[in-house]
Amino acid sequence: MLNKTKLGFLVVLFGLLIFLPPFFEAIEEPFYLSLASRVLIFAIAAISLDLILGYGGLISFGHAAYLGLGAYAVAILNFYDIENGWLQLIVAIVGSGIVAAFIGSISLRTGGLYFIMITLAFTQMLYFLGISLEEYGGDDGINTARSFFGDWIDLDDNSTLYYVILFFLALCTFLSWRLVNSRFGMVIRGSHSNEARMEAIGYPVFRYRLVAFVISGAMCGVAGFLLANLTEFVTPEFMRWTRSGEIMIMVLLGGMGTVFGPILGAAAYLLLEDVLATVTQHWWIIFGPMLLIIILFAKKGLWGILPGKEDMSDD
Amino acid sequence: MTDPILKVDQLVKTFGGITATDHVDFEVMPGEIHAVIGPNGAGKTTFVAQVAGMLRPDSGKIVFNGRDISRMSAPQRSHVGLARSFQITSVFKNFTAQENVALSLQAHAGHSFRFWKRASTDARLVEPARQILADVGLADRALVLAGNLAHGEQRQLEIAMALATAPKMLLLDEPTAGMGTEESETMRAFMKDLKGRYSMLLIEHDMDTVFSLADRVTVLVYGRSIATGTPEEIRNNAEVRAAYLGEDE
Amino acid sequence: MSLLLLLEQTLNGIQFGVFLFLISAGLTLVFGIMNMVNLAHGSLYMLGAYYGATLVGLTGSFLLALVLTIPLALLTGMILEVIALRTLYQRDHMDQVLATFGLILFFNELVRLVWGAEAQAMPLPGIFDGNVEIIPGVPYPVFRLVIIGVGILVAVFLYILISKTRIGMLIRAGASNRTMVGALGVNIRFLYTVVFGLGAALAAIAGVMAGPILSVEPGMGEEMLILAFVVIVVGGIGSIRGAVVASIIVGVFETVGRSTLPDLLTMILPVDTAQTAGPALASMLIYILMAAVLFFKPEGLFPARTG
Repeated sequence: MLNKTKLGFLVVLFGLLIFLPPFFEAIEEPFYLSLASRVLIFAIAAISLDLILGYGGLISFGHAAYLGLGAYAVAILNFYDIENGWLQLIVAIVGSGIVAAFIGSISLRTGGLYFIMITLAFTQMLYFLGISLEEYGGDDGINTARSFFGDWIDLDDNSTLYYVILFFLALCTFLSWRLVNSRFGMVIRGSHSNEARMEAIGYPVFRYRLVAFVISGAMCGVAGFLLANLTEFVTPEFMRWTRSGEIMIMVLLGGMGTVFGPILGAAAYLLLEDVLATVTQHWWIIFGPMLLIIILFAKKGLWGILPGKEDMSDD
Repeated sequence: MTDPILKVDQLVKTFGGITATDHVDFEVMPGEIHAVIGPNGAGKTTFVAQVAGMLRPDSGKIVFNGRDISRMSAPQRSHVGLARSFQITSVFKNFTAQENVALSLQAHAGHSFRFWKRASTDARLVEPARQILADVGLADRALVLAGNLAHGEQRQLEIAMALATAPKMLLLDEPTAGMGTEESETMRAFMKDLKGRYSMLLIEHDMDTVFSLADRVTVLVYGRSIATGTPEEIRNNAEVRAAYLGEDE
Repeated sequence: MSLLLLLEQTLNGIQFGVFLFLISAGLTLVFGIMNMVNLAHGSLYMLGAYYGATLVGLTGSFLLALVLTIPLALLTGMILEVIALRTLYQRDHMDQVLATFGLILFFNELVRLVWGAEAQAMPLPGIFDGNVEIIPGVPYPVFRLVIIGVGILVAVFLYILISKTRIGMLIRAGASNRTMVGALGVNIRFLYTVVFGLGAALAAIAGVMAGPILSVEPGMGEEMLILAFVVIVVGGIGSIRGAVVASIIVGVFETVGRSTLPDLLTMILPVDTAQTAGPALASMLIYILMAAVLFFKPEGLFPARTG
């Protein structure tokens, strides 16, 4: 089980998150609510990537694609006057899942650099597809209204949207936590540790990885769905491969292969981006070398430097 | 006349210009310990890799327990009763010894598409894992991370993981590799204990192990099987001696 | 689709292939020998373009700019290797991907800081400007022919370097079996630095020559980087020969595909669909090609690895 320090930290964290909207309203800084919402959305994306990257060891550049797919599910259905949130959400999840299944079925047969390249290639393809579909805005992007969930949840209210996002984050965090400690999770983690050994003791590794890939993609689709709702504007830029890289950095910053690391990582990255951007618009000049140093010396990420001994199999 | 549990027919494997396995015929009788020895580079590990299903031979047939397994993948072979331990220790370093064994058990306990229940506290996996660890003498090290175990303990864990898959036959690739004399003694005693319950294909460099345990020995040189017989017969075989001159362990 | 137009596009494809070759040669060697995924390689190409543009502005001579960029890029590459990348050799691919990804963004910002965000002008020198008739009635830009010429020269130079010199032997050995080279007692670190510098110089040459044709702006390296990776995956990791063949194939496919596919599609599909599907499919074409090659030859066309 979680050790006391980290459990305490978690309670504080979620407690804080719950009280953010009224706080921002009180200090009259609505922009921060939007930023916080964005952080939580990318936290979901990072959690989904962590499943296959941090735990599974699969360096996939695909997550920008699922983010985009989830977002376009909202925008395109909206374009056809289908504003039903449940329907959009289902399409986002199922659509991302199916695409992930397709990409995974091909790319998971390879390894090493080939795997990285193939996932990158597919993301590029979807990016180019997005640009060329003039019908849905193409290069310029497309506006969308927020999803309609009935009168009891009004997403046009920013606070409500924030709480919906927070709910999904809590849900995804919980699901991810159960997943990585389950039998399925052990297989994914074992395959990262030693694939040949897993095969030798009787696991058809490909099958399990494919399922993990699909779950990961579908979860990221949810993040995309939420992102479209937040920004009310979707462009192919959501699907640039560099976006996948950014999500990877979030996973790294927070701590790979940990359940709560991605949340910290997303927060750290986006907040840093915000803060450093005020110092200079060329903030990557500072962040680039910082990242290198982190990779070389602080591999465990933010979650790892929190006090409290933990062994890898617990979170 | 009983059928062999493992029968290999004319196995061939070439890499570029090198013939690693040269038309090898080989068999293991039920309950037998059949050792495979040979100078370095003779192709022993390549041979085992093909039997285990990690490497696809160019031609030849492998029959296990009356079934042609030549086309089967490694996981499939594990499920028909073939278990393997690796020459270079291949345990899951970030899992505890107990979790390592549990993972092996889990592979043979139906499918693992179970997403909810915590695996490391599942009694159906933990109890038998504890038992197996006790059998190999690692009971008090169950909760230690495999990466933190001593080398000899890791080798023991390797065997435990193989046993956990309830195999009919073990493919052991240099189980005493890197072990000191005392540890090797323990391992030998353990393997003697397993004798009769499991059929074994044993690759070994350590001649003490071979001569004290093996029922039969096959000698591989440059991918070819040059002699098969009891340890005594092999010891006295002139061709084998020539091949081993200067290869003293 | 006129045959002459096809010929022109094919030549453009070969010329584009030269850029790809210059970039991917370094990339494939670094990955083959040092087993390192270097996403920042495209940045070296970009820096080359910027060095070139600046030098042209300073000296007024394109040739001089090209010649001076080479040692500059060599130095840049070697410094980068020693300061930042050397530590990554021992790390797994994930670390390398993330670290070098960070470097891409770092260099893009650096370039924005020093030169600004707008594209740099890089005018073609007089003698290179203009066309020449390669076949009567078919004018083709001189500069593009020069690029193809440089490409051939570099390929020959690399061939001689790799098959006839000692360093070349070490490079070949390193690409096919890394651990063995270390065992030979060679100063591995120095070899690595040299290989890296060489790759950087080649990429920079591509950058300088691309300057007048493509835009010299921040982020110009990324598009080329991805295509370069496609090239080395198709050609076979660690293989220069593979890089040559694959870059021509990819270059021609990409260029000819983009210009002909939309028209081809109008012949079989209704015009609306063709107009949407055409460009989309054209940009996906190269990845479909990569997938097809990998399907039949998972190690690429000329894999160099044996150990």
